[in-house]
Amino acid sequence: MKELSLNILDITENSIKAQATLVEILIEETEQVLTLMIKDDGCGMDYDTVNKVTDPFYTTRTTRKVGFGVPFLKLAAEQTGGGIEIQSCRQNENSAEHGTVIKAVFMKNHIDFVPLGDICSTVITLIQGSCEIDFVFDHKLPTGEVTIDTRQLRQVLGDVPLSSFEVITWIKEYLAEQYENVK
Amino acid sequence: MTVGELATKYSLRQLAVCDTDRVIEGVYIGDLLSWVMGRASAGNAWITIMSNINIVAVATLVGVSCIILAEGVTLDDEVIKVALSKGVNILASDNDAYELSVMLSKVI
Repeated sequence: MKELSLNILDITENSIKAQATLVEILIEETEQVLTLMIKDDGCGMDYDTVNKVTDPFYTTRTTRKVGFGVPFLKLAAEQTGGGIEIQSCRQNENSAEHGTVIKAVFMKNHIDFVPLGDICSTVITLIQGSCEIDFVFDHKLPTGEVTIDTRQLRQVLGDVPLSSFEVITWIKEYLAEQYENVK
Repeated sequence: MTVGELATKYSLRQLAVCDTDRVIEGVYIGDLLSWVMGRASAGNAWITIMSNINIVAVATLVGVSCIILAEGVTLDDEVIKVALSKGVNILASDNDAYELSVMLSKVI
């Protein structure tokens, strides 16, 4: 992927498919390191599956035999000298605390580090495309923090759907404004 | 020209050869796998310097006739094993992508 935000979109699709009701996309940046965490409360995976998801020949897709979500994220992280970690707990093992956490660490100063890219569009695409799911997006930078939580938006909006044009436009501007402040 | 004929003509190393009769139709050069996935065409000889397991998956998805590893890139045994089991031809050369594509332009 030419941008990490596209990897994030891919990985989050997995959370949506796992019937998550809340997906958290957490990015923490220092001068040298970018840590990405995607956390969901979906159905989770068993130990064997967790070990298989980095294999591109493992996929839950029925339309084709290969899947690249996790393999490409792993590649992107490893080629900067970082790596990924996956933790998962299945719903039938723990009905209260199930879901999956994927953590990826990138060394930002490595020449093969791919930039984060248009993360605002990724967040908006996700909110717009899966408006029944809640998203938390939080990006911590050395200069400040950019954050949005659709649970809070829903409280204010009442019956107005998150995918409505006015709401999406507002979210876009809200994120852009926050990024302006941490520039 | 077939993959087998190409390997013989230019003495390319045959790291994983499953179907020497596969005909090469066109060439694609690229290392960003997500990009190659969407742009290479079935039957292409795909020249790359990437060597992880994902290249085998991209090759099966696109249906390339062979992967040609440029600039002396080598593969782990595990990758070769998977390539053989998935029917992906992999050749290798010390030449770079430009030199390989010049060679290919003369025979396809």
